[in-house]
Amino acid sequence: MNTAADISPAIELKGISKAFGPVQANKDISIRVMPGTIHGIIGENGAGKSTLMSILYGFYKADKGEIFISGKKTLIPDSQAAIAAGIGMVFQHFKLVENFTVLENIILGAEDGAMLRPSLAKARQSLTDLASEYGLDVDPDAIVENLSVGHQQRVEILKALYRQADILILDEPTGVLTPAEADQLFRILNRLREEGKTIILITHKLREIMDTTDTVSVMRRGEMTATVKTSETSPAGLAELMVGRKVLLQVDKVPATPKQTVLEVENLRVVDEKGVERVKGISLDVKAGEILGIAGVAGNGQSELLEVLGGITSGTGVIRVNGQDIDLTGNSSDGQSRRARGIAHVPEDRQREGLIMDFMAWENTAFGYHRDPAYQSGILMNNAAIRADTEGKMQRFDVRPPNPKLTAKNFSGGNQQKIVLAREIERNPDLLLIGQPTRGVDIGAIEFIHQQIVALRDQGKAILLVSVELDEIFALSDRIAVMFDGQLMGFRDPAKTDEKELGLMMAGVVEEEAA
Amino acid sequence: MDFLTIIQVLDSTVRLATPLLLACLAGLFSERAGIFDIGLEGKMLAAAFFSAAIAAMTGSVWLGLLAGIAASLFLSGIHGLASITFRGNQLISGVAINFLAAGMTVLIAQSWFKQGGRTPSLMSEGRFNPIELPFAEALSDVPFLGPIYSELISGHSILVYVALAAVPATWWILFRTRFGLRLRAVGENPAAVDTAGVSVVGLRFAAVAICGVLCGIAGAYLATGLQAGFVKDMTAGRGFIALAALIFAKWRPWYALSACLLFGFLQAIALRYQNIDLGAFTVPVQVMDALPYILTVVILAGFVGKAVPPRAGGEPYVKER
Repeated sequence: MNTAADISPAIELKGISKAFGPVQANKDISIRVMPGTIHGIIGENGAGKSTLMSILYGFYKADKGEIFISGKKTLIPDSQAAIAAGIGMVFQHFKLVENFTVLENIILGAEDGAMLRPSLAKARQSLTDLASEYGLDVDPDAIVENLSVGHQQRVEILKALYRQADILILDEPTGVLTPAEADQLFRILNRLREEGKTIILITHKLREIMDTTDTVSVMRRGEMTATVKTSETSPAGLAELMVGRKVLLQVDKVPATPKQTVLEVENLRVVDEKGVERVKGISLDVKAGEILGIAGVAGNGQSELLEVLGGITSGTGVIRVNGQDIDLTGNSSDGQSRRARGIAHVPEDRQREGLIMDFMAWENTAFGYHRDPAYQSGILMNNAAIRADTEGKMQRFDVRPPNPKLTAKNFSGGNQQKIVLAREIERNPDLLLIGQPTRGVDIGAIEFIHQQIVALRDQGKAILLVSVELDEIFALSDRIAVMFDGQLMGFRDPAKTDEKELGLMMAGVVEEEAA
Repeated sequence: MDFLTIIQVLDSTVRLATPLLLACLAGLFSERAGIFDIGLEGKMLAAAFFSAAIAAMTGSVWLGLLAGIAASLFLSGIHGLASITFRGNQLISGVAINFLAAGMTVLIAQSWFKQGGRTPSLMSEGRFNPIELPFAEALSDVPFLGPIYSELISGHSILVYVALAAVPATWWILFRTRFGLRLRAVGENPAAVDTAGVSVVGLRFAAVAICGVLCGIAGAYLATGLQAGFVKDMTAGRGFIALAALIFAKWRPWYALSACLLFGFLQAIALRYQNIDLGAFTVPVQVMDALPYILTVVILAGFVGKAVPPRAGGEPYVKER
């Protein structure tokens, strides 16, 4: 759209560097973003994307480098300066006051005077205008916490627009959205671009970059490795630029050969501590040698399903593993007794449930299996044995660095996940429960983790996979179930369905299965 | 119980509720901004001492009030420095302030006045005296409404009316002004305030300062209004009862008024009915004195329902990516 050379870029960064102690988060980064375009920034976790944007939004001060907004050199010492320069930011984790109304959130920090009433009235008017201009409908009087995640995100965008932002930065905006909500977001972004706004989209999802951006910059280990026109690149090419080597985007796997049923679930119900029924009568089964993928938007009961199967919460109904009933009341069962029955559990949130972040790697690999005789020495733990065992696991699972004495929090997300996987998989379970296996994990590690899961399947294990990433569900599953509002909306064969159908099911709409 | 007794108990309720109410509103400002403050007690105590001391020395109750507010503000400043600037633990800072005030007031009192850790009794000039509202005398003979007006409504010190006026003022500031919106926001989600380009530190210090001023008035009222001079530990847990009232009131100004009146009423009952003779045995005075505190526990344990504190309360704000 903007090819003329005389137009100055909406944003130009020159030689931006930023270090946190010994870690060089950004190294000599230069970038030009033309007005009226959508510019993608892609890179693995820890590549420095968020740091760069935080510098642009005045959260951090760059050690070196200059920022030009519309050709003018601009200093951005704080967020106020960024807002004044016309920059709006939509963070990955929304910065909203949840028990305020939409209107209150929008005027916060941008009030017109000491009294609220006139500001609220003005905001109400301009909200109506913005809604009709960009298709951003939100009830101005709704309390934010009662809104869906997609609508909360709209409030964030409206906040930026109300502050007259010309440049909008979105950090991983689709992580929390349903496919339909994501489509809606991209429609809105296109509309904003047509109106001349400049948009920077930070993401690790290659498909979003390919679908929506005009140009894309790739970051790796704090450096900007390339900036290319999106139309002149491919997903494989971008992945290679991100990781620095060729990456398999597709998981290589042979068709499943399901055998006997390992897990049977009948009419399972889970009520949470607030008395809300989270799992509403689910029945399913998983056979040896197959991966059952459960798709769904976060918060539709998948977490509770995993927790009750893993023995963390109690529920009612029937669960059988290898034909034997498992106690669901929570009285005589817990994670450890589940493990004794051959159930391994890789929880969704590895930082809260999978690991103790302040403990060392070798301590973490013993959790849940600490009564293993091999780990004992009389009444004491045989720490040397656990450490040696951990070292072997770390090697086999390519954990970097392979140092058992490093605390868990000092590993990257992908390596943390490998530690949890190594702990659970190497116990040779009959059934593996695995939630969000690659959340916050970089592409290189995703490839490895996916291969491990498929390898486990090929050894004849039953695997129940819960993921909010449809790509992951498609890549791994032999059968797909979709969960919505605590219920299963149906099972699908991955070869005979598509994202559109699953997306509808994830929103609670079921089309009759074509027999 | 005859009508006049009821009026008298209610009258004393209002007077006893005043320091609670001021301290409760002080805590409300602080906690709504996300700074938990269990140092209300210490700030009141320091203010009580300095107001009485300065009033005794200068003979001016107004200078006393200013000194009380200054002392309380000073302690607020320490709390702010510890918990906002240095992101320390707010409870520990509050506990430290309570200890500091309890020890220092007696120490300084002994050093200045040599009366065993108390200040000299204040003469009339050194106290806030009751104000007669217009026509109180003339209307006192009107049946029913007369006594209510002349005994209950009229005849309190100026600080009682200040405390009562602070309720609508607090409500108005919190819910009708820009400052109030930001203050509430910073107690719920400081990140939202920060990304909107408003200073989290500035807002929280402002809230803590308001808390200091109100605590100062509360303490000054104790020593120069309710009583005539400072005695050791004269706050007697009122700072903590104010905190209890704050939770009971769910951090809302009008509810705070009702909660403080309730607690004040309990104290008034305890004061009036020292020994209750039940024939077989007598309820001793200690039980009656303990009543407000016992009921505080009971009410907080069982009758509050769901009280949701400000979500960012107690947590220092650290910028994150």
